[in-house]
Amino acid sequence: MPVICPLCVRLLRMALVLLCVAGLTFGLMLASPIDPIDAYLGPQIAQASTEQREMIAARWGFDQPPLVQFGHWLGQLASGEMGWSHVYNQPVSEVIAQRFQRSLALLGLAWLLSTLLGFALGVLAGVRDQSPLDRIINSYAYITAATPAFWLAMLGLLLFSVTLGWTPVCCAGPSGSLSDDLGLATRLHHLALPVATLTLLSTAPITLHTRARMRELMASPVATQAFAQGAGRWEVAWRHGARHACLPAITLACASLGELFGGVMLIEQVFAYPGLGRATVEAALRSDVPLLMAIALFTALLVSLGNATADGLYRLIDPRLRRQG
Amino acid sequence: MLQIDDLSLQLPYYASWWRRQWAEVLAGVSLDVRPGEVHAVIGASGAGKSLLAHALMGLLPAPHRQAGHLTFKGQPLTAARQRQLRGRELALIPQSLSALDPLVRSQRQVRWAAQRAGHTAARAPHTANQALAHYQLDERAQQAFPHQLSGGMARRVLTAMAHVSSAQLVIADEPSVGLDPQQRDRVLNALAALAREGKAVLLISHDLRHALPIAQRVTIMRQGRCLETAPAAAFEGDGHALTTRYAQALWRALPDNHFTSPVTQPAPHVA
Amino acid sequence: MSQPRLSALLSTALAGLLLASALIAAAGLGDTPRQMHFDARLTPPNLDFWFGTDALGRDVAARTLAGLTLSFWVGSLAALFGTLIALGMALTAMLGPRWDALVSLVIDTLLSVPHLLLLLMIAFALGGGTHAVIIAVALSHWPSLARVLRAELLHLRQAPYVQISQALGKSRGFIVRHHWIPQVLPHCLVGALLLFPHAVLHEAALSFLGVGLSAEQPAIGVLLGESMRHVSGGDWWLGVFPGAGLLLMVLCIQRLGETLRRAWAAR
Repeated sequence: MPVICPLCVRLLRMALVLLCVAGLTFGLMLASPIDPIDAYLGPQIAQASTEQREMIAARWGFDQPPLVQFGHWLGQLASGEMGWSHVYNQPVSEVIAQRFQRSLALLGLAWLLSTLLGFALGVLAGVRDQSPLDRIINSYAYITAATPAFWLAMLGLLLFSVTLGWTPVCCAGPSGSLSDDLGLATRLHHLALPVATLTLLSTAPITLHTRARMRELMASPVATQAFAQGAGRWEVAWRHGARHACLPAITLACASLGELFGGVMLIEQVFAYPGLGRATVEAALRSDVPLLMAIALFTALLVSLGNATADGLYRLIDPRLRRQG
Repeated sequence: MLQIDDLSLQLPYYASWWRRQWAEVLAGVSLDVRPGEVHAVIGASGAGKSLLAHALMGLLPAPHRQAGHLTFKGQPLTAARQRQLRGRELALIPQSLSALDPLVRSQRQVRWAAQRAGHTAARAPHTANQALAHYQLDERAQQAFPHQLSGGMARRVLTAMAHVSSAQLVIADEPSVGLDPQQRDRVLNALAALAREGKAVLLISHDLRHALPIAQRVTIMRQGRCLETAPAAAFEGDGHALTTRYAQALWRALPDNHFTSPVTQPAPHVA
Repeated sequence: MSQPRLSALLSTALAGLLLASALIAAAGLGDTPRQMHFDARLTPPNLDFWFGTDALGRDVAARTLAGLTLSFWVGSLAALFGTLIALGMALTAMLGPRWDALVSLVIDTLLSVPHLLLLLMIAFALGGGTHAVIIAVALSHWPSLARVLRAELLHLRQAPYVQISQALGKSRGFIVRHHWIPQVLPHCLVGALLLFPHAVLHEAALSFLGVGLSAEQPAIGVLLGESMRHVSGGDWWLGVFPGAGLLLMVLCIQRLGETLRRAWAAR
């Protein structure tokens, strides 16, 4: 029981937040200067007659007050009907499903690698405060935190793809080929540079956070006592430090999905990688309202799940928060 | 066993935001600790007792200036030798209970201490269990996380950690603070028992009254200086055997000695 | 290093100097960033054009400086507004438990949408342009600072010395003046400075994606977006220099913010 009830509260809260996100998205789209009927018609604007426009308005409820429209949209969402994307000429749900699959490889790999790399670097830096290693890692973290993601991606493209020719210039596979019959090697080849860029850029927060935790611990009575028992710095860093720093690192990693998705949007744009991030940008540039709204909700769900996991993990793993029984 | 000659210590502080200056926290401290004796160092908070303990163990934070001579078992106790002997010949029972790692079960922490003291990984669990049992810590306490232990139990876990090291010099920093009378006596008796085994015990405390029963000699510290070292027997009657007025005043201020003339003048800031 | 804080102070002064000189140099540019030299299109860096020229023969060095200034002002305004919103929201949360719950919900909502996506949607809703970017960045960056300020205010309200002050019959105004403002103002200042790098980077990202500043303005994001078209041709100077300039500026501001934060923490 004691574990389940906070979980219920958490889930209810998440549902409420998602509802608010839906409201926010709807409000923003309503406020935009884009006419919803134009947006629905897309390139066929010129061919539509007034009657057709009215029919569309009636069909989608554009002629009704905003609150009713919102309710209608929510109802549609609940029944799995997310609308039609005129940019991709496909149902929105299909666009998201297809594109997310491709982005998942990028997002997941970069997330995993940046968490591991960030944690390792943070622990190494924290072993000895102000050592040369610490200074190097610290500078690296500060510089990457200040680097525009798309600029680094561009530099990578210039160096590795254009000048050296090691990696492909764009896309998820060779042009003209269907995504289904790509070998794993080809896919990885196309993923390598985007993943590397995203990883490099996403390590900084975890590195800095882990380093701060390690510094705190290495100056704490726990470390002093370990030194008094004859332990070396590396032993203390490993046995006590890594143990103390790993929970916050995992938490931070779970909570950083939103920031990472921002990176994915930019990186996919630079590498012309056909994933969810690029679809988002396309949707915004070409006023594909249903797609943009669905993506906003989808990513909010993802981020909320990440946040909830972060919170739950803390309660589950830390013995001080774990209930006795 | 341990000889401290004219030890002085300076620590940095910031006078303004960017100007660093040095504050003298220990000045001309000299004392010696013999095998089989409990030597108590008594002083008010801020007297530099804990810094003395850390200086002996070589645990001071990086920027500090230290002068004077430390001799352990007839050889100079340099920083390198301190590193070598820590946990094997020198043991510290820390002042703060937060020295226990909150994320590790107590038995495991004692086992690590045993490994650091040179016991093999195979032998360490056995040694740890023996030490814990020696201090009356049952299976439940051994498997508990530090936040589940009472203050007295946590203190005994720390003592067990010092015990597994089989160190010849044990420095106990305020081991009785925050304990009820029964637990306090238990911990102090454990220290006296270590001395009876032939080890040297340096007992650091602010509490003269409770240190006296187990100590053979007492050093009074004030504002980073040693005022006087006297046999425990000198603390009797109206304290006429004590040479400094501060020590006399400290002795007379105890509740059993009619609370006469406590030290009232405020201590000037250590500079 | 014998005086670690002194070296921090020196590097901060250097960062400030660098920033100021870039701004002053940009002020003296006049119309150079827009001037086209048709006889010198896409020239690599040389003595006349230190950072080379773009496809229309415009001086990349001048455009970078102008872009940095633009980024600086957009970032400053956005950080300022963001801080004001954060402060306002934190104060609103103090009005009562219901207000507090409302503010928390708003913060949670905004934090659960990926940052860049939220920016994109706000800029989209406002129809793009400089104003849209400033508003979007301000509207999307306040939540984390508001959280800090709210926690600080909650802590203050329960602090014993404030309660004693209340019990002594001091007026609300007195408490706000003597206890709240001295505690919260430094947080705001430091918060604004730490917001700034995010604001600048996100502004550039938005312009790069084509939703931010209009293509005629020499913003860093726009410059980098243009340079993307020339990447496959190997015209590296179009992208490398503006991006490096932005990186340097963000680093300088980070340095200033970090020093200020430490100065306050040391008190």
